[in-house]
Amino acid sequence: MRITQGTFSYLPDLTDGEIAAQIGYAQANGWAVAVEFTDDPHPRNVLWEMWGLPMFGLADPAGAMHEVLACRAAYPDHYVRVTAYDASLGRQSTALSFIAARPADEPGFRLDRQESADRRLRYTLHPYAADRPRGHRYSEDSGARNGARGG
Amino acid sequence: MGAPARPAARGFAMPRPGASEPAAEPEDARPVPLPADAKVDLGAQEQALRIAALLDRLDGDFVGLAPVKDRVREIAALLLIDRLRQGYGLASSRPSLHMCFTGSPGTGKTTLAACVGELLRELGYLRTGQLVSVTRDDLVGQYVGHTAPRTKEVLKRAMGGVLFIDEAYYLYRPENERDYGQEAIEILLQFMEAHREDLVVILAGYASRMDDFFRSNPGMASRIAHHIDFPDFALDELLRIAEMMLEREQYRMDDAAREAFAEYVALRMGQPRFANARSIRNAIDRLRLRQARRLVAAGGVLARDDLMRISAADVRASRVFRGGLAPDRARPGE
Repeated sequence: MRITQGTFSYLPDLTDGEIAAQIGYAQANGWAVAVEFTDDPHPRNVLWEMWGLPMFGLADPAGAMHEVLACRAAYPDHYVRVTAYDASLGRQSTALSFIAARPADEPGFRLDRQESADRRLRYTLHPYAADRPRGHRYSEDSGARNGARGG
Repeated sequence: MGAPARPAARGFAMPRPGASEPAAEPEDARPVPLPADAKVDLGAQEQALRIAALLDRLDGDFVGLAPVKDRVREIAALLLIDRLRQGYGLASSRPSLHMCFTGSPGTGKTTLAACVGELLRELGYLRTGQLVSVTRDDLVGQYVGHTAPRTKEVLKRAMGGVLFIDEAYYLYRPENERDYGQEAIEILLQFMEAHREDLVVILAGYASRMDDFFRSNPGMASRIAHHIDFPDFALDELLRIAEMMLEREQYRMDDAAREAFAEYVALRMGQPRFANARSIRNAIDRLRLRQARRLVAAGGVLARDDLMRISAADVRASRVFRGGLAPDRARPGE
């Protein structure tokens, strides 16, 4: 199941040229671009790992694009997103966020039902990928083996 | 699934989650190559005209510096011809434009670097053309592991424009083998090679020390295609520079003052610590001080012309006419 999160997520995956163009748009607005990654696809997982610091004061997309590519190379089977932070007074929040890389195979979610008091049911989303230890959730090698080792 | 039948409807056909299409590569935007027997009129090329205008401006803004201007002219011509070659579908690789400016103090290295960024942007070689001017302090860190992020930060900031490293030879300190400068140089080299299309690096410094720097960093020397030497200014060039500076500040010299100033510059050139155009700038700043003091001391009614005019007395009051630096400040042996 294809994760849709952030801007452009219902469009086909962006090409590198398109990512660079979006970064250029953010920089033209004076937003600071940052790169983040994760392999936990749960929709409530909003705080991803930061790849370096937010890049303030960049004039050209090439610098930020370099970091996107470096992050993608270091974490090949992860989600990588680009966020643009608008520091202007009154906004001071993320102005744009989109996924710049995703694992090749996304197994999706299962719905867990939990019975609680008075025959009530609680529902929860469980990503299949989360069954494996962090760092191995989407990679080819068997995550179960890593998990058995106590990973 | 299959491709949509009508391309126009594509924008409305939202892909359903899970039914992901492969990302469409953007179509090749390059125009069809010209036929081999087509002719291009260089004079009619809009870009050629713009380049000519730019080079004229360079000529107007910078006095002298003939070898430098020649090299800039060559680079501009190469970029233009490359563009035309692309029109015919001929191979045209991006030339490496990393440069090294060497020359005495005050020969316009920094000033020209700012101009080069703008020039390359106009020529379509750089996207933004901004100048990021750094020295050793901005690149080299203070402890282990500090240098690499710091240097990368600066390089990222300079991308799309020009990275100007003033006094680049300070990066390499041979006397301290644990110096982090070497690490900065390595990262610099790596970026200069990998991001040739995004970044132009200009090193600047005094000729003799830059030679030492290149001797100990042969990789750096070979990655810099353009070694440009800034010659010292001749007397008449210095005088033209002075005229331009005064004009920009809306002052003017009368004939006697001009004559005195020519004598002043000739004397000053023979004295120690002469720094070409920078000395001229300082001299002009002192002229303005002395003119102001003279006007205030004289008192009375002043016209607009009095406020603009620098007289021979202002020039002749300089200590350069009395044997140069004041005796108590001149160091022995100079």
